[in-house]
Amino acid sequence: MIRFENVSFAYGDTPVLSGVDFELPEGELCLVIGGTGAGKSTLLRAINGLVPHFTGGTLTGRVVVDGRTTRDHPPRELADVVGMVGQDPAAGFVTDTVEEELAYSMESLALPEAVMRKRVEETLDLLGLAELRARTLSTLSGGQQQRVAIGAALTAHPRVLVLDEPTSALDPGAAEDVLAALHRLVHDLGMTVVIAEHRLERVAQYADRVLWLPGAAGAPVLGDPGPVLAEAPVAPPVVRLGQLARWSPPPVSIRDARRKAGPLRERLAALRPVVEQAVLGDVLLSASDVSVRYGATHAVRAAGLTVRAGERVALMGRNGSGKSSLLWALQGTGKRAGGTVEVAGSDPAALKPARRRARVGLVPQRPADLLYLHTVAAECAQADRESAKPAGTCRAILDDLAPGLADESHPRDLSEGQRLALVLAIALTPAPDVLLLDEPTRGLDYPAKTRLATALRALAAQGHAVLLATHDVEFVAETATRVVVMADGDIVTDGPAAEVVTASPVFAPQVAKVLAPAPWLTVTDVRTALESA
Amino acid sequence: MTVHPGAWWLWALGLAAVAARTTNPLLLGLVAVVAGYVVMRCRTAAPWAAAYGMFLKLGLIVIAIRVLFHVLIGGTSGPTELFALPEVPLPDWTGDIRLGGPVSAEGLAHAVYQGLQLAVLLGCVGAANALANPKRLLKTLPAALYEVSVAVVVALTVAPQLAVAARDVRRARQLRGDPARGRRAVRTLLVPVLEDALDRALTLAAAMDSRGYGRTAGLPARTRLLTSALVVGGLLGLCVGAYGLLDASAPAVVGLPMLVAGALLAVAGLRLGARRVRRTMYRPDRWSVPAGLIAASGVAAIAVTVVAEVMGTVLVPQTVPLVWPELPLLPAVGVLVALAPIALRRPEVPA
Repeated sequence: MIRFENVSFAYGDTPVLSGVDFELPEGELCLVIGGTGAGKSTLLRAINGLVPHFTGGTLTGRVVVDGRTTRDHPPRELADVVGMVGQDPAAGFVTDTVEEELAYSMESLALPEAVMRKRVEETLDLLGLAELRARTLSTLSGGQQQRVAIGAALTAHPRVLVLDEPTSALDPGAAEDVLAALHRLVHDLGMTVVIAEHRLERVAQYADRVLWLPGAAGAPVLGDPGPVLAEAPVAPPVVRLGQLARWSPPPVSIRDARRKAGPLRERLAALRPVVEQAVLGDVLLSASDVSVRYGATHAVRAAGLTVRAGERVALMGRNGSGKSSLLWALQGTGKRAGGTVEVAGSDPAALKPARRRARVGLVPQRPADLLYLHTVAAECAQADRESAKPAGTCRAILDDLAPGLADESHPRDLSEGQRLALVLAIALTPAPDVLLLDEPTRGLDYPAKTRLATALRALAAQGHAVLLATHDVEFVAETATRVVVMADGDIVTDGPAAEVVTASPVFAPQVAKVLAPAPWLTVTDVRTALESA
Repeated sequence: MTVHPGAWWLWALGLAAVAARTTNPLLLGLVAVVAGYVVMRCRTAAPWAAAYGMFLKLGLIVIAIRVLFHVLIGGTSGPTELFALPEVPLPDWTGDIRLGGPVSAEGLAHAVYQGLQLAVLLGCVGAANALANPKRLLKTLPAALYEVSVAVVVALTVAPQLAVAARDVRRARQLRGDPARGRRAVRTLLVPVLEDALDRALTLAAAMDSRGYGRTAGLPARTRLLTSALVVGGLLGLCVGAYGLLDASAPAVVGLPMLVAGALLAVAGLRLGARRVRRTMYRPDRWSVPAGLIAASGVAAIAVTVVAEVMGTVLVPQTVPLVWPELPLLPAVGVLVALAPIALRRPEVPA
């Protein structure tokens, strides 16, 4: 169905892909993995010819999809064969309402009206969108938008569906919905699906094949999920656990792992995870009855929260449950309709922005919004001036977080992880008591997440309080000491991380699912316990 | 099924045409009330419907500006002096234009009437915009103009996106504690907002390309060239013809014959161009009986007004000397006919 014949791609002298040579048969779900900047998006976009027709650059070799080469067929001429769903579905919407969006590709393909009506109805049912048919796209939640984007690609009945990070912006529940829909397409309709994703713990179990891109340096590896993931530097926790326990082949799904986990559970039965004794300090942030309203919508209702020095609190909940609104209100820059917030004796909302950030730092969902200068050095110097700190403060923090960033590199050329490190360094320059992070792990690969987790632990150990909103259950298991769950603007659960995440199947990390009912959360916990035993 | 957007635009244009023919504040007020009431009763919960309030505010601003200009620069004057501003002497060649000086009740009334007329025109456009999705109206354009209409649609979505991006970035700037003002603030705001807009434009273009936008029906290059030549030639002919008709001193051959020839060329070009863009339309808006009646009620309003004018009704009330304007009966009845859509169409129950 898809054949890459010795494909290499470069922008000018910078190679992005080299020696890509593989063939995908019909009806398979192929997962593309690799670190940030390994060329995953480029590979996906080469399938329908966006690379190089749309992006420029030099492509050598041949890409053949359903018998058509992308050399002779620009993306629009492949629209009936390849359906493409981009990273940010909302940015790719052409029309206003769900129904019109579903029909757009078919209109371009000049299908008769009767066929369009039929396919729109089928797609609405297939993806569970029937109730949303007349809704305006901008009012949908992230998961609903993602399903509409997939539906819009499906109505043209393509043979191949390509998705770039389809679940990274979604909460665990919405991600399950999207993946279940994809699973049906592969099994019932024989569609070939290619997915690139960082959150492998969500997707790996559905994959028939895994394509590992080791970066421009080496040739890609295609094979069965277990062995390829075990070899790659990015792998979901269940694979790492399998490697630790020497299961062969390494299991990819929770189900396979549980079948093999009997002996491991017995070995661990006598052991307990080493609970890190967090030294809790003074109360740094105390909020009560905080509410946020947008027009008639209550984003946050009467939320109360106390965070002590040394705590790392994860704020979880569905898309649109009020996590971001609460973070912004706590920081003081966001609107607050009622309630009180106190950080070190004063209300941050009453302070001037410069003094406010010295008390509470916030890293927003799109870190790039904070950057506007042309070099890393200029951003660091500006941060020192803004915080009235000696020159070099920001740079020193940055070197701690992400060593070796060149002074003259442009912030937009950095990888997601490097850019996050830069913004984190800027937020930390005035040494705020409380650090808030909104979805910090989006677009980060596993090594980058581990570095972030280490940095956050170090901050908490130095007496800062850390509060982060996230959908990433594995990151929470690795990082948080306490978990707060929000639903519909209310705080519904607040407790120690281990208790909260293991109590709910939606929030449970993979290791906990495999080793349940024993309270193990991460591979590191298991390894430490086994080594010390 | 919604009403054809063209019906609402014809209805609104009918009312706007009435407003354009009169400065009578009572009749203008009636037009504004009729348009506003129909909007209240017939609009949907869609986001574009919420923009009506903005059009009304814009109308009030227009009135204020018109009055301010009158007070400062003058224009119509009358015997009843209300107050006088200190006058700045201007050289003779500026003619009637003055700066400051006496302000009369008559002049002020004239200015208010004219401002009101513009505001009501804006209100009519706002009403059409609120009742019919402007994007769906563009979709009903001839197929040959499809690519142009998509460009317009995309441009229409950019402004609200820029506003959202600017708000986000401004909020993010506060996180850096940066109280930048003036030129520096423009730069710190503009760079991220424009980068974001460019990124979005590229993403959208890539998405549209992947989804088959701009597929050609495989026509040879010569046909495409001929199409373009016909459309451009036709439009030129239309312009020259219209100019010839309106300008009495132009030779007769430039007038009607040019207009007809231009129209023929343009139609031929559009027909030929329609073959180039091979597209179909999902659930196209069709002209239904209610749609026809809605459009007819708007056309009736202007038709009755024109008839009344021919029969001698004065639609421009005199301001020197200032008299209280009277509501002309026949045009008022005509405008009231434009309330018909309320009876024809129940507001949609929001999903």
